[in-house]
Amino acid sequence: MENTTTKRLKYPIIDCDIHNSVPPGGLSPYLSQRWQDHHKTFGLRGQIGGYYPRALLNAARHDAWPPSGLSPGADLGFMQEQLLDAWGIEYGVLNPLIPVGEQLNLEYSAALASAVNDWQANDWVEPEPRLRASIVLPYENGDLSAEEIHRCGPNPAFVHILLLARTREPLGNRKYWKIYEAAVEYDLPIGIHFGGNQGPITGAGWPSYYIEDHGGMPQAFHTQVISYVCEGVFDRFPTLKVVLIEGGFAWLPPLIWRLDATWEKLRSEIPDLKRKPSEYIRDHFYLSTQPMEEPPKREYFEQMLEQMDMNDKLMFATDYPHWDFDAPDRALPNFLAPELRKKILSDNARNLYTFDKLITNNQ
Amino acid sequence: MPKYVVATPDEIPPGERKIVQIGGRSIGIFNIDGEFFAIRNSCPHQGGPLCKGMVTGFLESPTPGTYHYTRKGEILRCPWHSWEFDIKTGQSWWNPDQRRVRKYEVHVESGEDIDASNTEPEKGPYVADTFPVTVEQQYVVIEID
Repeated sequence: MENTTTKRLKYPIIDCDIHNSVPPGGLSPYLSQRWQDHHKTFGLRGQIGGYYPRALLNAARHDAWPPSGLSPGADLGFMQEQLLDAWGIEYGVLNPLIPVGEQLNLEYSAALASAVNDWQANDWVEPEPRLRASIVLPYENGDLSAEEIHRCGPNPAFVHILLLARTREPLGNRKYWKIYEAAVEYDLPIGIHFGGNQGPITGAGWPSYYIEDHGGMPQAFHTQVISYVCEGVFDRFPTLKVVLIEGGFAWLPPLIWRLDATWEKLRSEIPDLKRKPSEYIRDHFYLSTQPMEEPPKREYFEQMLEQMDMNDKLMFATDYPHWDFDAPDRALPNFLAPELRKKILSDNARNLYTFDKLITNNQ
Repeated sequence: MPKYVVATPDEIPPGERKIVQIGGRSIGIFNIDGEFFAIRNSCPHQGGPLCKGMVTGFLESPTPGTYHYTRKGEILRCPWHSWEFDIKTGQSWWNPDQRRVRKYEVHVESGEDIDASNTEPEKGPYVADTFPVTVEQQYVVIEID
């Protein structure tokens, strides 16, 4: 194979968004017989209609199907070869997109979350010390979610909590606060990833095409950012950090301006808020780069970074093995200053996530 | 311009491809209806392994509701971000001024016309001492600079 040699890169790479998937029967060792039987009889059941076929099978790169015949992201050896070794990745954060939190059967949702978490720790992080796991949750229920965070939180294999962008209520809502309460106890950031299918996928109903689903995803992230700020989540949990994953970032500056301007006029409605929305946003939010914004002119990109004023909060991600993958050596514009390039490629993620607590057999 | 022998024609039947390493580059040789074309196995967008992509056609819609599927088997879609390129010219279908993949001259020569006197061992897998050249045998030859 011609793509397996390590590309020599100037700076270390931390990949903040890697998708592993479950090979057939992979979760069985981690599910009780009761839930294995349930899975065989009833299967997964979320809301109907929110799923838009992804144009490419499994939304994957054509070359990401492993020779083993497993699905993209299900074969650790192939992922090591095609991603971790190919670019000499220092650390990678796994975000398994298994529809756990969306299950209508809450007890099943909780059992599935535990199984996915144990599977990540044992089948991925344990054999591959460059990888770290996400705590997935039955996130529509605060009590069950908090239980799972307390179960997994002490294990350094887990570096953040994984939620999806399209939830049943905006995530600042009080019903999710037990998640944040437990998260700050273990200093775990909340990651919110592209996706989720729990209602109309836009603010104006059901669109026709996947391209609308994909291109319009920032809408859901807008809602979440506004909700966290306006519900006062960051005053109640001052150490909480939220990572917006695969939502892009070009949309953030105009949202910040609009929110600040509106808050100046309507602040009496939410008098608890102690600071301007922009201050909460710049202090508490992190953003992953993929899919990299590709404005037509260089100066637009530079202006965008200046307007965001969040150079310490942008973190590189590949989204491997998905079709909109960003290559570590090619995704960032070549005119970025070396210092900023280094921050985005790894320093910012190293500052946010606790990677080095994990003691592995290999060390 | 150095020439490299990369295959025999029957190794790459119509609709098929072969990816070779020559001159430090990875290059895909494609057979479209008996004619051979070669393009660089690196997408100009983000460097994806272009030649491993799906070979497809071009779907055009001159007016809403009217569709024409043309150029079947002549369009290569990058396995990463689905950028589409004309295998015959290396031209991308979208934003052609900025995105053009390097294409190389390919033709078929009979063995007796190939001058192997300046051939270095690393230039290709099919040198005469490994695969005997006969006057009847045809070879796919690529020229790169």
